[in-house]
Amino acid sequence: MTSTSLTSAPLSSAPLRSAPLKSPRRKSNVRMNLRTVFGVVMIAVFLFPVYWMINSSLQGNENLLETQWFPFELSLEGYQQAIESQLGNLITSLVIAVGAVIVCLAIAAPAAYGLSRTNIRLPGSNTFLVLLLITQMVPGIVIANGLFPLYNDLGLVNSYPGLILANASHGIPFCILLIRAFMMNIPSSLIEAARIDGAGELRIFVSIVLPISRNALVTAAVFAFLFAWSDFLFALTLTTDSSVVPITLSMYQFIGAHTQSWAALMATAALASIPAAFLLVVAQRYIAAGVTGGAVK
Amino acid sequence: MTTLLMSDKTATVRRAPAAGGAARVNRPRDTNSHRVIRRRQLFAWLFIAPAIVYVAIFFGYPIVNNLTMSFQDFTTTTFYTGEAPWVGFDNYVSVVSSALFARLSVNTAVFTILSLAVTFVIGMLLALFFNAHFKLSGLLRSLILLPWLLPLIISAAVWRRMMDEGSGILNQILSSVGIGSVPWLTNPDVALFSIIIVNVWIGIPFTMVILYGGLQEIPTEYYEAASLDGATGWNSFRYITWPLLRPVVAVVLILGFVYTIRVLDIILALTGGGPANSTQTYATQAYQLSFVDFKFGVGAALSNILIVVSLLVAALQLRTSRRSNDLAG
Repeated sequence: MTSTSLTSAPLSSAPLRSAPLKSPRRKSNVRMNLRTVFGVVMIAVFLFPVYWMINSSLQGNENLLETQWFPFELSLEGYQQAIESQLGNLITSLVIAVGAVIVCLAIAAPAAYGLSRTNIRLPGSNTFLVLLLITQMVPGIVIANGLFPLYNDLGLVNSYPGLILANASHGIPFCILLIRAFMMNIPSSLIEAARIDGAGELRIFVSIVLPISRNALVTAAVFAFLFAWSDFLFALTLTTDSSVVPITLSMYQFIGAHTQSWAALMATAALASIPAAFLLVVAQRYIAAGVTGGAVK
Repeated sequence: MTTLLMSDKTATVRRAPAAGGAARVNRPRDTNSHRVIRRRQLFAWLFIAPAIVYVAIFFGYPIVNNLTMSFQDFTTTTFYTGEAPWVGFDNYVSVVSSALFARLSVNTAVFTILSLAVTFVIGMLLALFFNAHFKLSGLLRSLILLPWLLPLIISAAVWRRMMDEGSGILNQILSSVGIGSVPWLTNPDVALFSIIIVNVWIGIPFTMVILYGGLQEIPTEYYEAASLDGATGWNSFRYITWPLLRPVVAVVLILGFVYTIRVLDIILALTGGGPANSTQTYATQAYQLSFVDFKFGVGAALSNILIVVSLLVAALQLRTSRRSNDLAG
C-alpha cells in the first residue's frame, strides 16, 4: 500500500504545480500549516462575539451610536458602572452557585458510590440510572411550572435556599453519572481490604473512596458551579420581587430597562463570563486526569 | 456529557456478567453470604437514598403536579383560597383553539428544525476539520467550547448588542459592503431567523465536540484499507465515516432536538417572543401563560404539550436510527 501511494501522489500532483517537486513530508507539512491558518481564522470569526463583548465593555458610553473596532480610547466607565450596580447580584449568584455545588456534591457523591459497586447486585438501580438520563430531557419550564406552587406553599419563593436547591437540579444527574463513571474504576479489592481491616461502610466511603475520587469530584463541582451560575429560568420564575436577584436575572432586567448603556451591560457580561473562562482553562486538566484515572494504583 | 452517557451504556453491559459471576463465587464459600449481600445492598441504597428523594422532589413532583394542574383552573387566587376547581380538558382546549396556537407550532417547528439542521452541518464540518491533527488544533478545539460554557443570557445580550439595528456591528459591516441594514430583531419576518443564528452559534460547540469524539473512535486502519481500494475524500466519508458514526449522530440529533425545542432564555432575552409574536414558541408561551398572565393551569397544559412533543419526536428519532442501523448491518 505504502509504495503505491508514495509513488502515485507526487506524480499526479506534479503537473498541477509549477513549484519544484517537494518531498511528500514537506508537502504535508505545508498542508497542515494551511489547516492551522484556516483554523485560526475560522475560530477568530466564530469567537468574534466574545471579542465584541470585551471590546464594547472597554469603550465608554459617550460614543453611543457606534462601537469602534478597537478600544482606542480605553475607558473603564462600563466596568465602574457594572460594579456599582451589579456587584450585589454577582455576589448573590456566587452564594447560590456555591450553595448549589455543596448540595450537588453532598447528594451526588454518595449516590455515585452506591451505584458504582459492580460486585453488589442492586435490583432497580439501572431503572434509577435510566430515570437520571430522562430527567435531562425534561424542559426546564415544566419543572419551574410544577415546582412554583410547592415553593409558594413552603415559603421558598424569593429565598436563597429555594434557588440553591432548585439550581442543584441542573447538576445532580450529570454529577452522579460523571462521578459514578470514575468510581466504577476503583478496584473492589481496595474496598474489600479496608473492610477486612474493620472499616465501616461510612468510613470506607469517607476515607478511601472520596480521596481517590478527588479529580472526579473537582470536575463535577466545577460543572455544577457553572450550571448554577448560568441558571436563568429558576431565577426568573422562582422569584417574584427584588430580594434575591442573581446576575443572569439582573442582566435580563438590564436589557429590558436601559439598552442604551451598552458598555455597562457588556462589562457586566464580561464579569459574569469569568467562571466560564476559568473553567475552560482549569477544568480541562481535571477532565483529562479524571479520564486517565491515574489516582488508582 | 453525551460521551458520558454512551460510555455508561457499555459499562452497564459489561457489569451484568461480572455481578452474576461474583454472586456465584461467593455463595458456596460463605454460609452467611446471603446476609452479607443483603447488608451491603442496604448500605448501597442508603447511599443512593438522598439522590432518590431529591429526584422525586425536583423532577418527579413537578412533572406530576404539572399534569394535575393542567386539568385545574389554577391561578393566583388559588394561592390565597387553595381552591383549584377541576376543569377537565378545558385548559388544553383553550391552548389549542387559541388564535396563536398555529403560529406557535410553526415557530417552534421552524426554530427547532432549522437550528438543528444548520448546527449539525456546521458541527460536522468542524469535527471533520479537526479530526486531522495539526499545529494548535487542540487549543482551537477547546476555544470553540467557550460559547457553550457562557451563560445563555450573556450570549443573548452580546448578540442583541451586535444585532442592534441602528448601532450594531452586524449592520455596520453590512452597510460598509453596501448591503444596507437588516432589522434583525425588530422585523417580524426576520426575527425568528436572527434567533436561529444565535441558537446555532450556541449549539455548534456541543455538536462538534460529540461528533469529534465519535470520529476519534473510528480506527484509522479502516481509512487506510479504504484508500487502498481507492476510496478517499467523499467516498471514505460516505462508506466508512457516516455508517460508523451513525449511533453518535443519532445521539447528537436526539439531544439537540430536546435541548432546542425547550429554548427559553435566548428568545426571552433577544426578542421576548416579539415582535408581534413572531418568535413566540411553545416554551416561551408556556412561560408567558404561567408567570406573566398567572394562568398556571393553561401554562401547565401547554408545557405538557411541549414535553409530549419533545419526547415523542425523540422516541421516533431513536426508532428510526435503530432501524437504519439494523438495515445497515
